[in-house]
Amino acid sequence: MKTQTLTRRNSPLSNSQNQLNLLNTIDLTQTPNQGHFDRTVNHPLKPATLDIFQINLGKLCNMTCKHCHVDAGPDRTAENMDLATIDACLNALDQTQAHTVDLTGGAPELNPHFEYLVDQAVQRGKQVIDRCNLTVLLLPTKTHLPQWFADRNVEVVCSLPHYRKRNTDLQRGDGTFEQSIEALRRLNAVGYGQGDPKRRLTLMSNPVGAFLSGNQTQLETEWKTGLEKNFGVQFDRLITLNNMPISRYLEWLENSGNLQSYMTTLVNAFNPATIDGLMCRNTLSVSWDGKLYDCDFNQMLDLPLKMPIAPSIHDFDLAAWMARAIVTDRHCFGCTAGAGSSCGGAIADGNAENNL
Amino acid sequence: MSDYYDRSHLPNFANIGEGNPELADKFFAYYGAVFDEGALSKREKALIALAVAHAIQCPYCIDAYSKESLQQGSDLEQMTEAVHVATAIRGGASLIHGLQMIDRTNQLSM
Repeated sequence: MKTQTLTRRNSPLSNSQNQLNLLNTIDLTQTPNQGHFDRTVNHPLKPATLDIFQINLGKLCNMTCKHCHVDAGPDRTAENMDLATIDACLNALDQTQAHTVDLTGGAPELNPHFEYLVDQAVQRGKQVIDRCNLTVLLLPTKTHLPQWFADRNVEVVCSLPHYRKRNTDLQRGDGTFEQSIEALRRLNAVGYGQGDPKRRLTLMSNPVGAFLSGNQTQLETEWKTGLEKNFGVQFDRLITLNNMPISRYLEWLENSGNLQSYMTTLVNAFNPATIDGLMCRNTLSVSWDGKLYDCDFNQMLDLPLKMPIAPSIHDFDLAAWMARAIVTDRHCFGCTAGAGSSCGGAIADGNAENNL
Repeated sequence: MSDYYDRSHLPNFANIGEGNPELADKFFAYYGAVFDEGALSKREKALIALAVAHAIQCPYCIDAYSKESLQQGSDLEQMTEAVHVATAIRGGASLIHGLQMIDRTNQLSM
């Protein structure tokens, strides 16, 4: 079930403008506001307090998942944050009251400066989140990380689409489930997933197909029972995210004939209660090359912050960040559908749609 | 109407209210309440609905509750087991009538 990156295949969708063009050619005339996000929200999205620095350390990853919105993979070696940019992130962080440093990728652990950045953020008293694909923890050069994370109280947010093998391997490649279980056991062995807030183990699930995430609370109960009973694995909480119709997931939607119906589902499931909790309002998204975005999805679509000058972490201006208008397009319906979706999981209670 | 079944009927089910809005409203309110979280989870209810959909062979229901079961966190193996439950009950319902056949045959035979 393995795929290759869009970039490696020279796919037209490796170009972000082609992705936006495809999204905007979908016929959504039968949906409210004809699939126009800003008209649906009805007022411009306003920035809130800057709480989270989400730093994308690069597109390099040891995996090539079918739904990846980053188009990450083993071939993406060129896009990796350098030390000067990491120091610029830390300098910018010092200008703010942000309480959380959220590290993502690719596999952020593969960046050569990852441990330096984590140490620097921990020394500053920040909550550090590592968005981990689990299998990276089994690489020979990374087996120290579970204990290393535990020593620094890093929250580990691990991708696991399902608590059973079939759907996990469908999305992330054959053999991924068994490796993920082994990695979870190693995290459990150093104290993660046992209810200790300093060693919090969070699982993150994306739907394995063209449908929305289920109810986060209900799924968490079932997952805890299933993983404990079948594998003796524990975790602290489950967060669920909808898949964004961009990059490799967009390609899969198009190739599988699900694109129109998925977008229609997203638009029809628009939930205004999600707006206040949208991550674009309280998160600064930094790309591997220091450019600034409203969220990781805008980053992948090359939709930078709307600022008078090209925004960069090297000359970050908090006041200008607070004054900006948030950039939106059709993909944003992915964060407002049903119970909503953010890097922290579901945002609100939500009914996706009527069934029959 | 060119076919007995039309895919567009599923998302437009609410149009059934055209002939009698009051009864339609009551039905949909009841329907929604049935599928709310209760003593059974939404996932369990979706699997029951999926099994019943196969027993009554309703393509609209199969479409809707395949998606709903996935969305509520079931996977193909679990959904297939639910369909086999429906199949077993349907098959069993036929087969147990065989005892009636045996009784009648014994009654009629020498």
